Amino acid sequence: MAQPLVKKDDDRDDEEYSPFLGIEKGAVLQEARVFNDPQLDARRCSQVITKLLYLLNQGETFTKIEATEVFFSVTKLFQSRDIGLRRMVYLMIKELSPSADEVIIVTSSLMKDMNSRTDMYRANAIRVLCRITDGTLLTQIERYLKQAIVDKNPVVASAALVSGIHLLQTNPEIVKRWSNEVQEAVQSRAALVQFHALALLHQIRQNDRLAVSKLVTSLTKGTVRSPLAQCLLIRYTSQVIRESGVNTQTGDRPFYDYLEGCLRHKAEMVIFEAARAITVLSGVTTRELTPAITVLQLFLSSSKPVLRFAAVRTLNKVAMTHPMAVTNCNIDMESLISDQNRSIATLAITTLLKTGNESSVDRLMKQITNFMSDIADEFKIVVVDAIRSLCLKFPLKYRSLMNFLSNILREEGGFEYKKAIVDSIVILIRDIPDAKESGLLHLCEFIEDCEFTYLSTQILHFLGNEGPKTSDPSKYIRYIYNRVILENATVRASAVSTLAKFGAMIDSLKPRIFILLRRCLFDNDDEVRDRATLYLNTLGGDGSVVETDKDVKEFLFGSLDIPLTNMETSLKNYIQNPSEEPFDINSVPKEVKSQPLVEKKAPGKKPTGLGAPPTGPTSTADTYERILSSIPEFTSFGKLFKSSAPVELTEAETEYAVNVVKHIFDRHVVFQYNCTNTIPEQLLENVFVIVDASEAEEFSEVGSKPLKSLPYDTPGQTFVAFEKPEGVPAVGKFSNMLRFTVKEVVDTSTGEAEDDGVEDEYQLEDFEVVAADYMVKVGVSNFRNAWESMGPDFERIDEYGLGPRESLAEAVSTVINLLGMQPCEGTEVVPSNSRSHSCLLSGLYIGNMKVLVRLSFGIDASKEVAMKLAVRSEDENVSDTIHDIVASG
Amino acid sequence: METCPSVKNILLLDSEGKRIAVKYYSDDWPTNNAKEAFEKAVFNKTQKTNARTEAEITMLENNILVYKFVQDLYFYVTGGEDENEIILAAVLQGFFDAVGILLRGNVDKREALENLDLILLCIDEIVDGGIILETDANSIATKVASNSVDAGAPLSEQTISQALATAREHLARSLLK
Repeated sequence: MAQPLVKKDDDRDDEEYSPFLGIEKGAVLQEARVFNDPQLDARRCSQVITKLLYLLNQGETFTKIEATEVFFSVTKLFQSRDIGLRRMVYLMIKELSPSADEVIIVTSSLMKDMNSRTDMYRANAIRVLCRITDGTLLTQIERYLKQAIVDKNPVVASAALVSGIHLLQTNPEIVKRWSNEVQEAVQSRAALVQFHALALLHQIRQNDRLAVSKLVTSLTKGTVRSPLAQCLLIRYTSQVIRESGVNTQTGDRPFYDYLEGCLRHKAEMVIFEAARAITVLSGVTTRELTPAITVLQLFLSSSKPVLRFAAVRTLNKVAMTHPMAVTNCNIDMESLISDQNRSIATLAITTLLKTGNESSVDRLMKQITNFMSDIADEFKIVVVDAIRSLCLKFPLKYRSLMNFLSNILREEGGFEYKKAIVDSIVILIRDIPDAKESGLLHLCEFIEDCEFTYLSTQILHFLGNEGPKTSDPSKYIRYIYNRVILENATVRASAVSTLAKFGAMIDSLKPRIFILLRRCLFDNDDEVRDRATLYLNTLGGDGSVVETDKDVKEFLFGSLDIPLTNMETSLKNYIQNPSEEPFDINSVPKEVKSQPLVEKKAPGKKPTGLGAPPTGPTSTADTYERILSSIPEFTSFGKLFKSSAPVELTEAETEYAVNVVKHIFDRHVVFQYNCTNTIPEQLLENVFVIVDASEAEEFSEVGSKPLKSLPYDTPGQTFVAFEKPEGVPAVGKFSNMLRFTVKEVVDTSTGEAEDDGVEDEYQLEDFEVVAADYMVKVGVSNFRNAWESMGPDFERIDEYGLGPRESLAEAVSTVINLLGMQPCEGTEVVPSNSRSHSCLLSGLYIGNMKVLVRLSFGIDASKEVAMKLAVRSEDENVSDTIHDIVASG
Repeated sequence: METCPSVKNILLLDSEGKRIAVKYYSDDWPTNNAKEAFEKAVFNKTQKTNARTEAEITMLENNILVYKFVQDLYFYVTGGEDENEIILAAVLQGFFDAVGILLRGNVDKREALENLDLILLCIDEIVDGGIILETDANSIATKVASNSVDAGAPLSEQTISQALATAREHLARSLLK
């Protein structure tokens, strides 16, 4: 429409035709001068605005001056009475997002439109004004907005309500005053008004559990008209369910009937929302799940891809926790493997892999092999991950699954895909001893023709660790030495290290290895030569069949039991504070924020397969350590053992927000109180916490560090330190009182405060130091190996009755939390309906004692749970302590 | 889950993946380069699929993407990975059908560019700052059409209801083809 319409039929075949062909910013800005004409040509003005919007939409930007100029001329267009033009003006103002001083220019025009008799003007003026306004202006127009919320025109009401939702982020105190009007709008007969009003009302009240619960109670009984509003109500209802828990007497879940009723709604979006809400209820029972699964199953055979996708994606998630509940859908799911939509097909396959039983594995693999060739890499990765889990579940089927993996490893594929396959093979080798030899050979064949240096080096490293332990290590040498001849320097260097490992571990191979290593001394790369020289000299270069010294082995190939990120931090600190002392590697903390290594439940994360250590997130532990070491009073406490997660000591949205972090040392604990002042008009000074430890007998206060000043919205910390008996997991309850001096702030923009202050105090909630605080979560990659190597010397086994529990899953998670240990190999997940469950835990107890725990649970018909607890550790006292924790818990 | 259903962006691309009109409501793509990269990824991932009879769906960068194509116009709606897929599909359908009504059944790139103002207003009427305003195609088209400077007839000569009636007629005819 920007250029006069050309006769369409003439240049239909001219593909490149566009009304914006050759458009240029400078020229359009020039054209925008027509906005200033005394006699406005509305049509022409609209066209120019369209061109401006087109430019912005294509990613063109205006300079500050250009934008201001356009904005001012656009404001002139309010003179025109042309409705279409006005609509474009609104759009333009929103796109330009004018600065505060510019907003003033259009405020009066927009306010006039807000009170216009034309509904379209009112609705749009509200949306524009609320988009560009700031807090001060808002108080002026608040009155009109309140009126608009209850306007009889639904478009106007919706505009005001949606604007309210946006404004709540920036000006909550003003919007909260509108609840009466919003409440009225919830009863509106117009579907979308009801939807928007409900969304706003909930956001206003979201921190008030009781009010949300009341809102849900009244609305679930009434009739909510719009499907969108119904979906919202389902979301709010599940929130209320989550917070209220199951009625322990009857076993009924409040509002479940409402959710189930929604499964019979006529709108698909509501049915699906309700089904999805039921599947994610915490501790959902099979009886509760069944109706939801039934409607999702119907969706699976829908003609609409969106419905099939939504259903299969939800069922896929259910299959992770309740595989049995999904098996009914297996037939429908199998027909989806050939779905046109590859996302649906992939989800169907991975679901089937999760729910499949041992006997169906071979049939499934056959179907998948056909399917793999015509999907994209990203889908293939998902399938590979699923196959790995399946193999771990059915170790007896490793042969066909390993074959599948090696076949797809030979096919074309990108780095990520190949890496996923290699990682899976490595995990299978690690966890299924029978699969080791064939797996290693598959990897050897792969590196014969591997274009990815990273994968080659990782495989060589892994081969060096695992190869020597096999029955016939010599057969791998050929593959490794081929790398020295054929590959780039990086791969050559790691092949040299691998060769040396074989030499060090297997004395009979030593002479042959040495011949190969000596050849590497003539390599043209420094690193390769250096490595060869190092190994030849340290391993005893005369090539005789002698046993390599244990220390040498340890030095060359021993694992660094320190997380690299911690090492990095410590080294950086060392460089920053130069000292005469040499760097002590023992001073590096060993704690990692560890994740279960084998199977991660979190979607989107790739399991760590090859040697790559879990890249620990730059842990908060480092931050804590830095903070604590900067306080002279606490430096004598020694090395920080563990810091707990923050425990909230105040309700949300109170004047002062305080949480506490418990730092555990060998003979001390330090409580770090993180305080935030949420009142702009106050400055707090000399802030400290009075701790009453009368219910924690073994602790005595030894020092504290008050906080000098706590300005508005800038978090600060105050500390209190306690002494406790060494190595004893002392527990106790602490009650806390926050004390400070309040000063009124004169000028909130500068934070300047009056000189005189008033002393005040604020009661905080109690917290406890519990046994789990003395336990650091440290995962092990292979529990069985770790358990065997720990040995039965300090094993303690006992049985416990846990009484009637809500469910097996609840009992398992209670015990895990009580011990504060890391669940291994995904054993924290309890399949629904199971009557027994085993759970593996590992951790590091205070005093750096490794602890491994095997838990076996059983539940009977009356929900009585019994538990057998087996502990192995490096010290019998520690093993006993673990039992004490459980016995007293 | 407790949050209001929301839309991260609405895209209208041509058969080469170029922008016709786009609107972003989330900060996931802060720069124009990020936006263009996303659009490219979207287009590459979907162009070979057949989304001409029913709306199709896929995941991309932890987002849900629903899309539908007609002639050389490619319609997309993106939402977060926890969003209800069917709600997003309703937004897409509303957008798709409203454009059909506004372009009077001649739904192709050239017609869309010639009526870009209508397309932009249409997007503006569907979602406001990520929140769904309206999903019913007729209501959307009514709101847009009632404001438009109609190419042929000024508003005095063609009342809103008439304009809408012809628009519906066009749509019906195009469906019958």
